[in-house]
Amino acid sequence: MVTGRVGARKVVVDADRAARALGVIPGLPVAQAQARVPGLLTVEHAPAEDDAALERIALWALRRYSPLVAVDGVDGLWIDASGVAHLFGGEAELLSDLASRLARAGAHARVAMADTQGAAWALARYGLARKVISARGEVTLDVDALPLAALRLDAEVVAGLGKRGLETGGDLERTPRAPLALRFGPALTRRLDQAYGRTAETFDSISAPDRVTVRRAFFEPIGAPETIARKTAELVDQLCRELEARGLGARTLDLISERVDGRREAIRIGTAAPLRDPKRLIRLFRDKLGYIDPGFGIEAMSLAAALAEPLGPTQTVTSLDTSAKRIDVTGLVDILANRLGSDKVYRLAPVDSDVPERCVQRVAPTAPLTGRTWPARWPRPSRLLSPPERVEAMAVLPDQPPAAFTWRGQRRRVRVADGPERVFGEWWRRDAETLAVRDYFSVEDEAGERFWLYRQGDGEIAATGDLNWFLHGLFA
Amino acid sequence: MVGVARAESSLEALRARIAAVERSHRSAQGSIPFGIAGLDAHLPAGGLRVGALHEVAGGGPGAVHGAAAALFVAGVLARMEGPVLWCLRQRDLFAPALAGVGLHPERVIYAEAGDEKGVLAVLEDALRYGGLAAAVGELGGLAMTASRRLQLAAEEGGTTAFAVRRWRTPSAAADYGQPTASVSRWRVSALPGTREVVPGLMGRPRWLVEMMRCRGAEACEWELEACDEAGHLALPAELADGSLAQGPGERRAAG
Repeated sequence: MVTGRVGARKVVVDADRAARALGVIPGLPVAQAQARVPGLLTVEHAPAEDDAALERIALWALRRYSPLVAVDGVDGLWIDASGVAHLFGGEAELLSDLASRLARAGAHARVAMADTQGAAWALARYGLARKVISARGEVTLDVDALPLAALRLDAEVVAGLGKRGLETGGDLERTPRAPLALRFGPALTRRLDQAYGRTAETFDSISAPDRVTVRRAFFEPIGAPETIARKTAELVDQLCRELEARGLGARTLDLISERVDGRREAIRIGTAAPLRDPKRLIRLFRDKLGYIDPGFGIEAMSLAAALAEPLGPTQTVTSLDTSAKRIDVTGLVDILANRLGSDKVYRLAPVDSDVPERCVQRVAPTAPLTGRTWPARWPRPSRLLSPPERVEAMAVLPDQPPAAFTWRGQRRRVRVADGPERVFGEWWRRDAETLAVRDYFSVEDEAGERFWLYRQGDGEIAATGDLNWFLHGLFA
Repeated sequence: MVGVARAESSLEALRARIAAVERSHRSAQGSIPFGIAGLDAHLPAGGLRVGALHEVAGGGPGAVHGAAAALFVAGVLARMEGPVLWCLRQRDLFAPALAGVGLHPERVIYAEAGDEKGVLAVLEDALRYGGLAAAVGELGGLAMTASRRLQLAAEEGGTTAFAVRRWRTPSAAADYGQPTASVSRWRVSALPGTREVVPGLMGRPRWLVEMMRCRGAEACEWELEACDEAGHLALPAELADGSLAQGPGERRAAG
C-alpha cells in the first residue's frame, strides 16, 4: 500500500491487488485502512520516483517496440504500433511479448491495442481482460460498450451524464451532440470523436538521449513513392556517415515521416548484425516504403538508429588466405527477416535428446558455428509428422514389428522392418514421462515406401504405455 | 591484305560479343555431377547445371509428402559447397535426415513463408543475392511466369535453384506435366530396397529416379540406391558389376 497526503490528511494513494481485495481502496484515510487490515505494509508515496520508473519503461519500449512512445499521465504508456508489429509476428504476438516482459519485471500491467488512441486507452483501463486487442475497423463496437469514464472525461462530467441516464459510449454517441457540447463543453465531443477515430490524435514521442538521428524538412510536402524512396536513400547515406564517425553500426532503424496533417508514419527495420552499409540498408527499407501512407503530403522525414552497436572501421584489404573465407549471408538474412518476421528465418541445431521432436532447436541464422550435428546411429525420416498420427496395427509382443498397418484409410503390408529402437521418456522434463517408452520401427511396405512407426509402451509393463501404434515419419 | 585483317578482327569482335551475350544469358558455368557414369554422361552438362532451376517431385504418395524428393535434393546439396537456403511452407522437414545424407545443419538457413507466393518471393531474393550455393523452395503450383522469374534469378545470381514440388492430393500432381522454364525435371519414387543381408531386415533403400525432362537430353530413368551418408547415389550392386542395362529411350517416362 502506498500512502500520501491530500491536504492535511494521510490517505491511501494506491494499493496492490491483495490489499484491494481486503477493502483498502485509494482515497481511504490511512488510519482507517490500518484499522481494517492489521499488519498492513505502507510505503510513502514518491511521485518523482514513480515518474522516473515510468520514464525508464518508456525508454525500454522505445528501444524494443516502436519509434513512437510517450508517457501518459502518471500510470500509462502510449506505443504507436503501426508499422512495427510485423517484427514480432503480428499484433497479438507483440502484445503478448509486451505483457509477459512487463510481468517478468514485476509490473502488473494491462495492455490493449486498438485503431484509435482513445480506444486503446479505454480498453487498457476498462477492458474486460488484462490483454485486449480490438479488431481492425471494429473500434466502434468496442467503444459502444465502454463506460463513460473510459472516454477520458472529468469525473463531474461523467456524473452529470450519469444523471441523464447516459452510461456507455454508445449512449453518448446516440445523443444529439449540440446540447451536450453546450452543457458540458467542447472537451466532451472532442474525447468522443477521438475514441471513435473521427479526429486525429497524436502524441509527442519521447526520444532516447543518445541515439543517432538525422532529419530533413522539405520546402514542399512530398508524396510520390519515387520521391519518398529518394529522400530515404539520402537520409540513410547521411545516417551512415554519422554512424561511421561514431564507430557504430545500426541494429534497429526507425524512419518517421511527418505528414502535413500532423500524423506520423513510422516504419522500423532490424538487422542481424550491426550495419552501416547504405546500399544494404536502402535495400531493407525498399520493401517497406509501400507501407508509408503520405496522405496530403510529408513535410519532414527523420531517420534514427534506435539501437546501435559498436562496429569497427571496415577493412577493404582482404587477407591473403581466401580458402577459409566464409560467405556472408547476413544481408540475405536481414532481407528475409524484415519480410517474414525474425522468428521465421533460422538455422536448426542439435539438442541432446532421444525424443525425435525434441532433438531439433532453432537458432539464429547468425549464431556462432559449433560444428555439431546429429548422431548418425539410426536412419531418420525426412518428413516428421507433428503430431504423430494414430495407425491401426497388429504386432506380436513384445518386440516384433507390425505385419501390416492402416494409415489414413489405406492398409499396407509390411515386407521388411528394422527395430525396435527404444526411446525413453525424459522424466526430468515432465512427471508423466517417468515410465513412458516408445519402441520405434522402420518398416518398408510392398511398394517400397518406408515409414517410421512407434508403439507406446515396451509391451511388457502396462505403465510404460498403452500399446497404441503411431506413424511418426516418412522416409522415402 | 589490310582489308582481310580488318574483316577478321571485326569477325573476332562479333564472336566475342555473341559469347558475351550468351554468357550473360547463362552466367554460371559448371555442373554438379552425380558421380554415376551412365547418368552424368546422359546429362548435357555432365550433371545438374549450376545457376539454373531444377524441379524435383515424388512419385505416387510421394507427390504429397515429397520425402524422397527432399532427400534427393539434400543429397545434391551435400555434394556442393557453401550455405544453402531452404524455404518451407509446412514445418514437416526433419533436419536430422538431411544431416544423415551429408548436409551439415550449419550450412542450411530455413525460411518459413506463409504461402506459395511468399516462397517464390523468398526464393527469388535468395537466388539474386548471389552468396548462396543453392536455394530450395517447397512449392505446389509453379506457373510458367513464376518459373521463368526463378530461372532468370538463378542465372543472374549464379545460384542453383531447386523446386521441391508437392501437392495436397496425389491427383493434383497431374500439374507436373505442365511446362515450366526449368532446366530439368525429376521424379523420385520409392522402390523396394536392396536385397537384404539378413532376411526380414531392411536393405538399402532404392529409388526410381526419372528424368522427365531436360534441355538437350532425352527423358530417361534409372533404378538407383538412395543417398548414402555423403549424399551419393549409387548403382545397385547387381547392376554395377555388369554393364548398365538401361539406357535412353528404353523406357520413356510419361509427362
